[in-house]
Amino acid sequence: MARIVGIDLGTTNSLVAYMKDGQPCVVPDRNGRTIVPSVVALTDNGLIVGDSAKEHLTRNPERTVYSVKRFMGKGLADVQNELAYFPYHVTETGGVIRIRLGQKSYSPPQVSAMILKELKLRAEASLGESITKAVITVPAYFNDSQRQATKDAGLIAGLEVLRIINEPTAASLAYGLQQKTQGTIAVYDFGGGTFDISILKLKDGIFEVLATSGDTHLGGDDLDRVLVDLFIGDIRDRYGIDVGRYPDHMQTVRLEAERAKIRLSDELKTEITIELPEDKGLFTRELTRDQLESLVVGIIERTLAPCRIALKDAGLTPTDIDEVVLVGGSTRMPLVRQRVEALFGKQPHCHLNPDEVVALGAAVQADILSGGTTDMLLLDVTPLSLGIETMGGVMSSLIRRNTTIPASAKEMFTTYVDGQTGVDIHILQGERELVKDNRSLARFRLKVPPLPAGIPRIEVTFLIDANGILNVTATDMRTGQSQSIEVKPSYGLSDTEVERMIEDSFKFAAEDVNARKLIEARLDAEALLKTTNKSLVDAGHLISQEEAHSIRATLAQLSNATGGTDPRAIRTRMTELEQTAKHLNVVMLDHSLKKSLQGKKVSEVS
Amino acid sequence: MGHIPCSFSLMDNHQSSSHPDTRRQLQMARSMCWHCQSEVTGEYFCDRCVKVQPVSKETDYFTCLGFPRRLMLDPQKLEAKFYELSRTFHPDFYQTKSADEQTISLSNAAVLNTAYRTLRAPIQRAEYLLALETGSVKDIRTSPPADLFEEILELQDTLEEYRASDRDSDQGHRLRSTLKTEQEALERRKHEMEAQLQQLFADWDQLQDAGEATSLARVERDRILKQMRDLLSNRTYVNNIVNDLAATIA
Ligand SMILES: Nc1ncnc2c1ncn2[C@@H]1O[C@H](COP(=O)(O)OP(=O)(O)OP(=O)(O)O)[C@@H](O)[C@H]1O
Ligand SMILES: [Mg+2]
Repeated sequence: MARIVGIDLGTTNSLVAYMKDGQPCVVPDRNGRTIVPSVVALTDNGLIVGDSAKEHLTRNPERTVYSVKRFMGKGLADVQNELAYFPYHVTETGGVIRIRLGQKSYSPPQVSAMILKELKLRAEASLGESITKAVITVPAYFNDSQRQATKDAGLIAGLEVLRIINEPTAASLAYGLQQKTQGTIAVYDFGGGTFDISILKLKDGIFEVLATSGDTHLGGDDLDRVLVDLFIGDIRDRYGIDVGRYPDHMQTVRLEAERAKIRLSDELKTEITIELPEDKGLFTRELTRDQLESLVVGIIERTLAPCRIALKDAGLTPTDIDEVVLVGGSTRMPLVRQRVEALFGKQPHCHLNPDEVVALGAAVQADILSGGTTDMLLLDVTPLSLGIETMGGVMSSLIRRNTTIPASAKEMFTTYVDGQTGVDIHILQGERELVKDNRSLARFRLKVPPLPAGIPRIEVTFLIDANGILNVTATDMRTGQSQSIEVKPSYGLSDTEVERMIEDSFKFAAEDVNARKLIEARLDAEALLKTTNKSLVDAGHLISQEEAHSIRATLAQLSNATGGTDPRAIRTRMTELEQTAKHLNVVMLDHSLKKSLQGKKVSEVS
Repeated sequence: MGHIPCSFSLMDNHQSSSHPDTRRQLQMARSMCWHCQSEVTGEYFCDRCVKVQPVSKETDYFTCLGFPRRLMLDPQKLEAKFYELSRTFHPDFYQTKSADEQTISLSNAAVLNTAYRTLRAPIQRAEYLLALETGSVKDIRTSPPADLFEEILELQDTLEEYRASDRDSDQGHRLRSTLKTEQEALERRKHEMEAQLQQLFADWDQLQDAGEATSLARVERDRILKQMRDLLSNRTYVNNIVNDLAATIA
């Protein structure tokens, strides 16, 4: 079977991992970095992703998308009150959010697909083979629409998503593989955008989730916002400037807020410096860990309620938990660790790399699916109750939250009126009594043969598969015939729309690849220009005039080519320069070798 | 929109006094492999083509987990069996198999999970067994214990009064402590009923183990089932009130 990779598609950071000789490992880029910032920027040369896109956050804020995960499977109304924090333009079409980038609009799955493609390319470059299958992680508390949106993103990126797995449970797989422990563990996953808590029983290679809870809108981003508000308030008071009117400076403030927060995990006090708009100079202030903690303690305490609910649902008390495993960058905050320790009454386990452990676990799950690992099995649960609308706008629960998946429920439907030919069914997810307080997942119309009222008997099966995604089928009990159902998702792309996006992504793939090649060629060319120039300065006097001349000419040609848009032209000029400067480099090497030897002698003498 | 709730759709409706294990063997022996059409003699897989077989729609949850219809099951053994069967049916292990096998594994795993969830909790297990044995498809309706009816009506009034009162006032405090006492009393009552149920569970298992088909045994069987039904419905009722009370005064 073709290799399956594991992907952690995070709010802030994404990673790809695979299984190598029975051990999961994360794929690094050429510079050894394993993390791809989940940022997509539209530049003059096309779309870029990751570290290079992150640089555009302050340069080009309206065209740089970050934290797109917060919009997955959502409608505009769901995110209305946080839109002010995002510099890019967000609208809605057909119940799906669209993000404006230049002339085009992209749905969140499309933007996520760009990140996934970057990870796919990275894995392909590192492993030297084409990658078409993946396991992708999602927050455990993601609802059906959010999971579906993640699956769509995979499809658009040209990946067959063999499994969607929950981030905390993925982490538990990596933890279990490493620790080989048995017992009951709690995985506390506090990342950039989401919070999850999962309680699992580990026994004989089975990872049985007992309960899970969380908040898909609670993470490091929210902590940063508190600091952003503090700083812009300060700047307004001191300088009378409304930073909110300058999207680029807002991003500077946001990034500095995050950096300050991170520094305060190790230090007790830190200095903040922010460049002000309109050349008003620098804003500086001091921030102590105490100040930060008193500002964010409320947010951190919001993670405790889901922990208590999960414990209760699992029928356990804190003392029943043998180990608390910390996952996610935000668990590096001392205050978070303190609160977790206080709740569970024991020191949490923090020997795992909180950034990588989810991707590593996804790789383990990928290996299970491909038949490599056979002794481990994850039994996960559905985080939210699933039900249908009944008379009076009330939700009737069919599958309760924390039910082990795959899970199914059957429901018999009939008619009230003679000759009625359809029954409308509205599927919901959530814990509240009333339809309006729960999440609408989808609607569909059940076709019924025209018969006297009460005679038709249509059995509908609601099946939540191992991805936590709902599948609906119906059977006419009188004829035994099954009926295909077209479910219209309430918040999400329709199948046809996903198909179109996949096509688009292939259509633009050539364009995208070119843009990517151009960026890479430029970066490489710039590096070459720099070192050659340096060699000329250092060793130019050791070569002939003509030689130096022709090197300069080629240098100019390369630098010209980097201004163009043809990556091949750049690469050709680079090869040319490498040839022309070969001798110079030899001389240069010789020269520096001699110098270092001389240096040695001197030091030996003295 | 109308729907008929149907909670035990996988239920085996025909009554049988024979041991469920031997019955399953018969069922399996009668069935044909969906793939190679040969007779399936293995438990979950076709011996000839080694394809996984769908769990029959008629299989009840006890049979599904390989346990007799008893009410005092060892939770450790139940769990071990659940884990073993999860390793047999879980979709994770069918990713490289055909689409048909994947579908079967998915629905088998779903049935297995429902079976385990139902049998793992003693109360739910008993409710399920009751439905199996009495052939009733309906959920057991909850009803207040007859002797508690007056008390519960009064309690309802106090609850309403408390909800309307200012929680921090003297009256609020007084009502709260009344409710608290009431909650404790009801909880004691609940535990009593659970102890009685426990006894009935033991009686049931004993009767089944004896396996006599006398008319006396039939009378005893009906007595146990009837008492169990009443107790279960009363217990659920009291349990709901206790939860309600706990939530209100928390
Ligand atoms: N030392 C630190 N102290 C405090 N916060 C930190 C530290 N290091 C990283 N963070 C925060 O952790 C968050 C990123 O964590 P992580 O990479 O686990 O998130 P993610 O996986 O992208 O998000 P999610 O899982 O919510 O989708 C950011 O908000 C970052 O500011
Ligand atoms: Mg994460």
